[in-house]
Amino acid sequence: MIEDGLSRSVRAWYPGATGVTAATKLSGGASQETWSFEIVHPSGNLGAILRRAPKGYGAAPTRAAGLAAEARLMQLAYEAGVPSPRVLHVLEPEDDLGTGFIMARVEGETIARKILRDAEFASARPKLARQLGQIAATIHGLPRAKLPELRRLTATAEIGQLAREYQSLNWPKPVFELALRWLTDHDPGPPQQEMLVHGDFRHGNLIIGSDGVRAVLDWELAHLGDPMEDLGWICVNSWRFGEIDKPVGGFGPREELFAGYEEAGRKVDADRVKFYEVMGTLRWGVMCGGMMQRFRLGPDHSMERAMIGRRASETEIDLLRLLAPRGT
Amino acid sequence: MQDEPTPTELTKAVADFLRDDIAPTLSGHNAFKLRVAINMLDLVTRQLTLEQGSDAAEALRLHRLLGMGGSLMELNRALADKIAGGEMDLQTPGLAEHLWQTTMDKLAVDQPGYAAYKRELGRGA
Repeated sequence: MIEDGLSRSVRAWYPGATGVTAATKLSGGASQETWSFEIVHPSGNLGAILRRAPKGYGAAPTRAAGLAAEARLMQLAYEAGVPSPRVLHVLEPEDDLGTGFIMARVEGETIARKILRDAEFASARPKLARQLGQIAATIHGLPRAKLPELRRLTATAEIGQLAREYQSLNWPKPVFELALRWLTDHDPGPPQQEMLVHGDFRHGNLIIGSDGVRAVLDWELAHLGDPMEDLGWICVNSWRFGEIDKPVGGFGPREELFAGYEEAGRKVDADRVKFYEVMGTLRWGVMCGGMMQRFRLGPDHSMERAMIGRRASETEIDLLRLLAPRGT
Repeated sequence: MQDEPTPTELTKAVADFLRDDIAPTLSGHNAFKLRVAINMLDLVTRQLTLEQGSDAAEALRLHRLLGMGGSLMELNRALADKIAGGEMDLQTPGLAEHLWQTTMDKLAVDQPGYAAYKRELGRGA
């Protein structure tokens, strides 16, 4: 029972805590799990989240920053004023819970369709494009000297990686070829200044409330590279959920994202943002194919995995709208 | 020749039964899974209905563009290679139109409710 292990752990580092209750698994792959639970305390319970790799799954997959790095980045973001969960505890061997960390639970919504449709978020929506710009700028400005060890990525390396992933699917997609060619021809080269890139700054990794963004989650893909990548990725049409005329997550125009970013004292390079929007669109399309392959070859033989393969064509039309737009 | 009803009619009958009679009796995770299952069957029905016509038109366009024959898979591989090698690009007469039409035909099967598809459908070729 995970509650026994968590109870032992919290009593050791949370003064006054008597144990935990209501542990529920929120998500779990083979190598990483997320649990929600309550820390029981005489002055009131505290909602908490455990992210961990269970014992025996210590090694992080190649693209991931690793859970210790994630905890460190989340802590740094919190200290810099990025809406972020407080990191309560980084797991140690004596916790006997695997590797990972425990953070305070932030109440709010991560499901894009609810955030974009429900009345509860109506007053927050018009502000979000600008706020996301400000948050991205703060993330990119986190002090280099304090960052954990992270991968470095250049546009050139990412194009190569995407090309290999696409080729491994072994299913010809002329539109993807066109996009790969466009990316190679428009490779902007290294950025003026290499910075921390969140790497997955989009719906699903943002907890949003009626007052706006409450937390940025999931630093798994954080790396050092071109900060414009985060701005391009959040504009990918796949994250607009039908609000196709509001590029920033379905909330608002690019201009507001850029204004928020520049208010925070950083410069936007709109051409680089467009480059990364094209790259992000292709990346999501290739990822759809990859998930379908896991349905075909792997242990996850679910209908959802199968159907996601049929969403690659959504990114094909998005790529054509970006690269070969038709007249009005 | 196989007898009636056609696969399209059979698949549609199953999807309609699940949608009209079973879905209202489920909730939570099973209701979600059933929605995915119905979506899958609807996709198969659309493909069975549309595929023959769109495949034939695609093969004809590819034949004209590439000046060669072959299966759709072979033709698409050849086109992909030519784009990758820079032999064909958006300046090539007919290429953009071909990619647009092929993509629209995919969306008609995969995700006809996708907002960008509906926008482009309204725009026409």
